[in-house]
Amino acid sequence: MSDAVIELAGLTKAYNVGTPVEAEVLHGIDLSLAQGEFAALIGPSGSGKSTLLNIIGLLERPTGGRLSIGGRDTAELSEAEITALRGRSIGFVFQFHHLLPAFSALENVMMPAIIARGAPDDEAEATALQLLDAVGLKAHAHKKPAELSGGQQQRVAIARALALRPRLILADEPTGNLDTHTADDIFALLREFNRQTDCACLIVTHDPRLAARCDRTIRLVDGRIAADC
Amino acid sequence: MKLRLPFAPLVALRFLREGRMQTLLILAGTTGGVAVIVFLTQLITQLQAQIVDRVLGTQPHVVIRPLEEANRRAFDDPASAVVIEPRAQRLRSVDQWESIARLAAAMPGVTAVSPTVTGPAFAVRGQANKSVALMGIDAERYRRIVRMEEYMVAGRFAVDGTRAVIGSELAKDLGIRLEDKLRVALPNGRDELLQVGGIFDIGNKDLNRRWVFVTLPLGQSLLDLPGGVSNLDLTVADIFDAQAIAERLQGATGLTVDSWMQTNAQLLAALRNQTVSNNLIRSFVILIVALGIASVLVVSVVQKQKEIGILRAMGASRAMILQVFLIQGALVGAVGSILGSLLAFGLLNMFSAIYRNADGSPLFAAELEPRFIVLAALVATGVGLASALIPARRAAKMDPVQAIRS
Ligand SMILES: Nc1ncnc2c1ncn2[C@@H]1O[C@H](COP(=O)(O)OP(=O)(O)OP(=O)(O)O)[C@@H](O)[C@H]1O
Ligand SMILES: [Mg+2]
Repeated sequence: MSDAVIELAGLTKAYNVGTPVEAEVLHGIDLSLAQGEFAALIGPSGSGKSTLLNIIGLLERPTGGRLSIGGRDTAELSEAEITALRGRSIGFVFQFHHLLPAFSALENVMMPAIIARGAPDDEAEATALQLLDAVGLKAHAHKKPAELSGGQQQRVAIARALALRPRLILADEPTGNLDTHTADDIFALLREFNRQTDCACLIVTHDPRLAARCDRTIRLVDGRIAADC
Repeated sequence: MKLRLPFAPLVALRFLREGRMQTLLILAGTTGGVAVIVFLTQLITQLQAQIVDRVLGTQPHVVIRPLEEANRRAFDDPASAVVIEPRAQRLRSVDQWESIARLAAAMPGVTAVSPTVTGPAFAVRGQANKSVALMGIDAERYRRIVRMEEYMVAGRFAVDGTRAVIGSELAKDLGIRLEDKLRVALPNGRDELLQVGGIFDIGNKDLNRRWVFVTLPLGQSLLDLPGGVSNLDLTVADIFDAQAIAERLQGATGLTVDSWMQTNAQLLAALRNQTVSNNLIRSFVILIVALGIASVLVVSVVQKQKEIGILRAMGASRAMILQVFLIQGALVGAVGSILGSLLAFGLLNMFSAIYRNADGSPLFAAELEPRFIVLAALVATGVGLASALIPARRAAKMDPVQAIRS
């Protein structure tokens, strides 16, 4: 599949390798995600959803198997290349917004560009303002995260994830600690950006209602894909 | 246009601003440390310079003399106790002193050479009679050895014909005033009637009582040393080069060459000890400041674990995180050194107003040499960087996942 944004083959992950408490949490995952695909990752607690997402997001390295992103086998990449690839091609949205408290909403959204290009510039600021406008927070651009509500914080986090127009958005329970109404808003936002930019989205959620609104649902049970439809 | 800092300084500054109390604490520690070091260094340097200045105010940096004649055994009877009889040191001239003076003047680091003929004499006035040291000099050249003009209380420091310059104590003892006559008598029977053209007070009673300056030719004829000089006095550019220059001259001339550093060995040893203890204090203060910066940054790294993880997730490399924390250390050091120098300046002002010499003049000047501030800034920034190294490496090594999972 040439338009696969990510491709996993026989991917495994074990913790505490070589110790008596060694535990394999992912057992041979085969999965691929195409450009523009909007997929939900569901499964019981402890099934390995976050682990899988972190591996795909290049925050953790798999123990075995293959992971390609944009056609490149990540096993062949150096630490520096991995970091650069993560910054440029992947946008994260976490359950707890994980915004930088010392920076304003605008600066948080600019941060991926600041990191990628070494310093803030006008383009980064313009893009960030545009994104904040799109998530309906233009008026709050100069507020610190602590001055925003939970839903607003999560919207800033989404704007930040989109700052560099990544090909892949990974969201780990982005609506996990929001009320249903706000959760719907956030979900709709992700969906909208997915349509606009044709980025692939993989969203971990416990909410079957939201999962049902995705193009595809991947169900993980005990470190194995139990269903993919 | 707003100022746009690059990533690492931008984040470093925000982190410092965010950890307000901690930042204030390490900044206060660094400021205090720098202030102590700058204050102590400035104070000790000044006081030492004053002491050396005072000592060298009345003596040449280097003196060239003829070789001393060796002492001889009085008699060679093995049965009797050996009696060493110090040989009376006859007044002798430095052989070919003119060429030696030229040689010395040409030596790098030597700024002035002055020939002196000196010997014991009596100053006689009426019934009074004082033992003095007759000094035949060329006033113009001698002035570059001892700044006599600064010590004159009456008349000028100039000798000509039979005009002489004497010290204030001798003048008092013999009841002499400017333009009075004074007879000098020598052990060899010669004598001369001098006219006092100047009276000095060099700050040393003994010298004020003993020194009688006359012209070089008059000194030579009175002391039976026609055309000769008993020593050559030298001034050098850097006083602490005096010993090296003396050794070089000794090698070149084979004469006795003494530097002020030899004649004042005890004083120098005391100054060195003071410098050593000052260095010890400085090292401890630097160590304490470094530990303070390091420990606060270590805590900050732990507190910022989550932020570090977020930055890494957004593509920040380990090197970038390392820089963020190194810059924090350097910034604390740099700002602390500026504040510390200001504080030291304040302390110097305060202490110089409080501590005064007997005559009411300040014991030391309330000034700060720019090179100390520059040095302090460099050292403090370096120490800040070095102390940030361990925390920064910890931060760079941190696993971004752990931060994000929690
Ligand atoms: N660093 C680690 N060391 C050891 N075991 C780990 C580590 N991280 C995760 N695990 C284990 O891996 C398994 C999967 O964890 P993971 O967080 O991926 O589950 P999850 O599906 O995201 O669960 P939840 O829905 O509760 O978020 C769990 O059993 C967990 O205990
Ligand atoms: Mg999870």
